[in-house]
Parts: sequence; C-alpha cells; structure tokens
Amino acid sequence: MPRKLPRKDVVIIGLGWTGAILGYELATSGLDVVAIERGPWRDTANDFPPAYAPDELRYAVRLDLFLRTQQDTLTVRNKTNQTALPIRQFAGFLPGNGVGGAGVHWNGQTWRFLPTDFNLRSHLEQRYGKQMLPDDMTIQDWPVSYDELEPYYDRFEKLCGTSGKAGNLRGQILPGGNPFEGWRSSDYPTPPLKQNYGQTLFAEAARKTGHNPFPQPASNLSEAYTNPLGIRMGQCTYCGHCERFGCGNYSKSSPQTCVLPALMRLPNFSARTESEVTKINLDSTGKRATGVTYVDSSGEEWEQPADLVLVCAFSLFNVRLLLLSGIGTPYDPQTGQGVVGRNYAYQTTSSVGVILKDKILNPFIATGANGMMIDDYNGDNFDHSGLGFVGGGYMGAGQSNARPIQTHPVPSGTPKWGAAWKKAVAETYQSAMRLSTHGSSYSYRDCYLDLDPTYKDRFGRPLMRMTFDFHDNELKMSAYLTDRLAEIARALDPVELTATPRTGPYNANIYQTTHNTGGTVMGNDPATSVVNRYCQSWDVSNVFIPGGASVFPQNHGYNPTNTVGALAYWTADAIRNRYLKNPGPLG
Amino acid sequence: MTQWSSGKARHEWRDADAAGDPELRGVAIDIASTFLATTAALVAATGLAHARIIKGEMPWEPGGAKPPQPWQPGPWVFFTADEGAMVEAIVDRLIPPDNLGAGGRQAGCAVYIDRQLAGPYGRNEGLYTRPPFMKPMPSQTPQDPETPAMRYRRGLGALADYLRVTFDGRKFGDLSGEQQDTVLHNLESGKIDLKTLNGAQFFNLLLQNTQEGFFADPIYGGNRDMAGWRLIGFPGARYDYRDWVTRHNERYPLPPVGITGRPEWTL
Repeated sequence: MPRKLPRKDVVIIGLGWTGAILGYELATSGLDVVAIERGPWRDTANDFPPAYAPDELRYAVRLDLFLRTQQDTLTVRNKTNQTALPIRQFAGFLPGNGVGGAGVHWNGQTWRFLPTDFNLRSHLEQRYGKQMLPDDMTIQDWPVSYDELEPYYDRFEKLCGTSGKAGNLRGQILPGGNPFEGWRSSDYPTPPLKQNYGQTLFAEAARKTGHNPFPQPASNLSEAYTNPLGIRMGQCTYCGHCERFGCGNYSKSSPQTCVLPALMRLPNFSARTESEVTKINLDSTGKRATGVTYVDSSGEEWEQPADLVLVCAFSLFNVRLLLLSGIGTPYDPQTGQGVVGRNYAYQTTSSVGVILKDKILNPFIATGANGMMIDDYNGDNFDHSGLGFVGGGYMGAGQSNARPIQTHPVPSGTPKWGAAWKKAVAETYQSAMRLSTHGSSYSYRDCYLDLDPTYKDRFGRPLMRMTFDFHDNELKMSAYLTDRLAEIARALDPVELTATPRTGPYNANIYQTTHNTGGTVMGNDPATSVVNRYCQSWDVSNVFIPGGASVFPQNHGYNPTNTVGALAYWTADAIRNRYLKNPGPLG
Repeated sequence: MTQWSSGKARHEWRDADAAGDPELRGVAIDIASTFLATTAALVAATGLAHARIIKGEMPWEPGGAKPPQPWQPGPWVFFTADEGAMVEAIVDRLIPPDNLGAGGRQAGCAVYIDRQLAGPYGRNEGLYTRPPFMKPMPSQTPQDPETPAMRYRRGLGALADYLRVTFDGRKFGDLSGEQQDTVLHNLESGKIDLKTLNGAQFFNLLLQNTQEGFFADPIYGGNRDMAGWRLIGFPGARYDYRDWVTRHNERYPLPPVGITGRPEWTL
C-alpha cells in the first residue's frame, strides 16, 4: 500500500520545460504546487560546469545526461505485422532525464510553426483538393490558430532570450529575416549570433541561387540578457558543446537558466527528484483524478493527492502514463477507433555533405542553433502541384559542432582505417561541412503507440511499443528537399558532394532527432483527440497535458520546442483565467 | 574508473508545509525519517543516488559536482597481458604511427579501451537487459545479452586461437605489418570464422573504441599528448571562441587543451 501524503493543489509530473513553466505560473497564482521528477536534480554549477562540460566521450558518446534504458525504454517496429523489440541503448532518438528534461540537452533551435501548419488539412484540401492527400494520412487541423498562439510564442521567446532576426514584423516583411514566417508582434529579444565561415558561404550560395537565407532562431544567446523572471543569462561562447550537453556558460536557454532560479524560491513550490510517477489515480467514476502514485529511489511507494494533475513528462512518456492509467480510449489501428497513441509522428531529416577546396572552416566554432537557413521549401511555402507529395522543411548550414569522435569526415572511397584513413581525416577535417534538411512528418493510420505485449519495465509494467515507418509522401518530400539543397551546395564548387535523402525503413539505430510527437493529440473532436484546445483531457477534466509534443496532431518542418513552450503558456493562461474560476471541462 | 552514474549522498528535507499543522508535521516527520533511514542504508550499501525533496532555494552545495575520474597509470585493469599486447598491436595498425603523428599504441588507445572495459561501459551499466533476446531486423537496435567486456574476452580469445592455427602458433604482434593488416581486413570482411562470434561486428567494436580513444579527452587514457586533436586541429576544451567566429578562413592559432589543461602547465 502506498503511503498517503498531504494533499496539494497541483501535482506536476516531470520537471522539464512545461513542468517548470506551469509550476511558476500556478505557484505565482497562489496554488500549492509539487513537481515529481523521476531523474536527478541538475544544475549548471554541479552538473555541467565549464571545467568539465566539454567532454565528448562522457556526454555525447556515453550519453551521461540521458535516460538509461534500465529505468524506462520502449519497443520498436516498423509495421503492425512485425515483432517489436526493446531499445536496449538509445540511439535513434535520445530522451532526456532529470530536472530540465530535454531542455537541458537540446540545441536551442527556436522555430515557430507556419500559420498554415495550424489549419493543415483544410488548407491543403482547399488549395489542392482532397485527392492530393493519401487515404491513410490522418493529419488534422490544430484546435488553435497561429494568431491565437502568437502572443504565447512571444512569451516563450522572451523567457529564453532567443537570438534572431524578424522577417515579418506585424505583417511588414523585413530584409535579412525569414520572409515566410508568420507575423511577429515583436522582434527577437536578442540580435542574431555571429556566423562562422561555412554558414556564411552557404548563405552566399543560397542568395546566388535565388533563395532567402536568414539566421536560424537560436536560444544560444548572442549577448547577455535578463528575462522577464529577472534571471540573467550570459553570452554564448561558440564552444561547440551544445546538444547532448548542459551549458556551462548560462547561455543556452533551459529550465535551469530561465525558470528554476525564480521557481525554486517560491515558498509554495517544491520538487521531488528520483521519484517516478507510476500512475494517475482516478476516483470511482473514472472522470476525476485524485492525484498520482509514485515510487522513490528506495522503492517506497507514495500517494500524492492533488486537485489538478499536469502531465509534463517527455512526449513519449506522457502517452505511456495515460495508457497505464486508463485515461482515454487506446487507439486501435485496425478499426481506426480510439485516441491514446494515435498520430505518432516524427521528423524527416536528410543531409548533404560537402568538402570544399582550400577552405579553413574551423568547424568546431559552433553553437547548437547557430546557422544560416532557408525556408523556401517548408510547409506550403512552395507550390506542391504535380510534385506528388505535401509537406516540406527548412534547410541550410547549421552544423552544431565538430567534436572529433563523432565528426571526422573523409572523402568517399577512403579506407575505414590505416594510414590512408589517418591522412584523409587530417586533410578533410577543416574543409568539410554538413548541410541538412529538417522536414515534416505527417501522421498515418498505421503509425501509433500502444503497450507492448511482451516486454516489461522494472516495476513489471508493460513497455510502450512504437510502430512507425516513413511513408512515400515523406520519402518523396525528402528526395525533393535534398535535391534542392544539393543544387545550392553545388554553387559552393565543392570538391565532393554527397547527398543523403532519407530512405526507409525507419531505422532506430541512426540518430535523426528527438522530435517524437503525437499520441495524446489536441483537437476539437473527442473522437480524434485526447485533449481539447486547452490541452485538457476530454475524459478527466482535472488532467491537463500542457503542451508536451505529444499533443501535436502531426509534426511540421520545424523543431518543436518553441511550440511546446507556447502551448505551455497558453495552457497556463487557460487554467489561471478560466479553469480555476470554474473547475470542469473548458468549452 | 569513471563512476558517472553514482550520486554523492546529499540529504535534503525542508518542508514548510508541516510547520504549522501538527497533523501535517507528523506526516512529514514520518516521511522524513523514512527517507533518511532508507536512503542512508542504501547509500552505505550501494552508493546509489536517492530521492530528494528540494524547496526554497537552488540546492547548491560545495563539492557536489561529479567530475570525471582521471585514468590511473599502471598495469592492465581488464586485459590479461596477452590480450593487452594483442590490442596494442591492433590499434597500431588501425591508426599507424607515421610522419603525421603518433599511432594508436603511442596515443594510449589500448589503455583507454582497457579502462573503459573495466568501467560502467564494459558492463553495460544502466541498460535494459530483460529477456527475451530475439534476432532484430536491421532497423531495430541490437539485442545482445553480452556486455562489451564479455565480447572482448571472447573475441580476443577466438582471434588468438585463429592465429595459433593459421600462423604456426605465432601471436598477432609477431606477424609482419602486412600480415597483420591482412588479418584485420579478413576480420572486417567476415572471412575469418571466430566460431560463435560475428568477426565483422567484433572488428567494428574494436575500430569504434580505438577511434574513441584517439579522439576522447586525454583524461580517459587515450589521445595521449593530444595526438588525435593535433592531427586534425581540434582545440579541445577551449570553450570560448568569441574572438574567432568571424576570422573566416584563418587557422585557429592556439594549441589544444584538455579538461585538465596541458601537460606543461602542471610540471
């Protein structure tokens, strides 16, 4: 029997970006809030100080900051008729662990989705006709519009101090920014980062070939900044140890650098670490949550009663917790009925590698999100008539590092070892550059998450099972985008060019991104969504999933974090201004 | 050896909830004593990190950091003498010494691998090891109950057996450079039968670990004298390139530094 703790107003499951934002917003509203986090406490001074943060082996190869599969993992297969097997070591995507979550190890790319991404299905059907979309594609409109979300994007960017250059300021297109972006109510909080040589060369080539390059919006700060919570951040040093690492300079936006110093001082907030929530508890009607049960690292089980339960874990684990707690109907791919686990999507990435003539690129001078990008081939920014696919992505030069264990490129045909390999590594390191595309991943009837029938976790609970493969639409899109990128890259007059479009099947051994989306999607219809437009469970109205990427109905051609942060603020406002005045389903 | 996953014991119990209300205080004290009793026992027994309650401030305390543990010079920790000699000879063919700089042996790649195999990496610490182990499709992640340490022990043993039979009882180090390369090529391409072990997979593991040792921070025993970093011009743990971002097409002028600095700084 779990031992019962004193009641709290709010229990937050997971203390990453959404947990920290909701914790701050609700604790400053006077509520008594506890956050329960299954990983350890982490902060800059103790866990990633500059003295030893730049350690590629420890953080990028041995994955020190990430979830260990012993604690939780999932099984993976491509098709419903295959047997899913457990990921025993994370490789294809890397879920974070501990306080800060994915906000610790991300690169800092801080994109907004396009206005037409939010009404994706109706927009595409209107422009191209219903026959343009494959029958088994299950994309749907978001229940919020870009215009509604804009003020919340603005808030999250100001929390982060994001560096960039506006391309569309209140409808006015500005030179040097992204001309395709949705309107912005204000420019980025800090100016763009400086660009290294490779990125500058790419931008010149993109301009020469008729494209519109601009600096990638980066939550690696170009200058010192004090955010609205009064927390001060430092200037990025271009150290080249960003993704997979914590930032030792207080320069990469994270819950640690942007929220926790203010949050932890609030007397009505506390955090419990190394404590894993195993279940959201429901009352006898099944329509109301009574709190959560969690297990601490000594194996002791506790019940934490609360009036409001906020599901703020990484997107995949939000889905699993709902499945294990019996909230919402599990999705069945055979009938297409049910919602929990439905519309799992990912990201369709590809790359073009170039080796340049007589160039010293100093590729190790880099930040996670620095880069020069074009958005000409994202979303519906270009005419898809006759192309045979929908969707798109941004592309450009944004190589985040050149740490040598994982980055020592050689020309094709070079032996894998020996004297010739050694010579090629020495000659190529300074002149090679990796360009990439970052494409959408639309949702399909046969891509979903459910509970595995065979494999169990350390508590004997079923692991979650992922069934996912790339569909023709995405593979055609990737081929098209990669061709466009290669055309631009040829203007760099490379000695060698290697284009690698994404091909199937989805391979869980090859790192692509950690942008796992969907499974508890938001919508206006309970038959096709788990939460309503305020990220509130349709079935249990005192459970919210405030903006984790599990609420995305499909994934678009951008990194998810800015939309996650915006939805967290959007949900916080709905809870503060509407739910607390009249607890119950928000219409 | 590096102990990245074991936390330093740190106790926190401050719950203002309980201050005014005897009932709540009773509960809180009860919890506190349970936490402390249980975790103290755990820490004493296993050194595991434990559940904490954090409240009121950022819980910084001096000495709370978990820096990497530098490798210690000395005899092999995991390898037997024969295994160590074989791996030293292999890493020197995978990355041969030449006029560009040190080879794998001089750079300490074998020492690096030895220390890694004796540590958390060698025993698959933290990984999901529940059965059943089934044969994966190429798109699925490896399903191998063996740890890297077990794979090395078996792989090096099988390779030594193969050499004994094929080369009249000679060891890898006794062969000419050309013969050594031929053996490695045949291992890589799967031509050598290592009985129960997949030779090509074992070769890839050796190659991957050797390159890790060549390019990882010298604190782990490889990349000695920063040979790997100097070969390519990687400045290591400099951590601040603000002056040099827009110095386009100019070679970065400073030599590499490791986490512990440069050898000449400490002499």
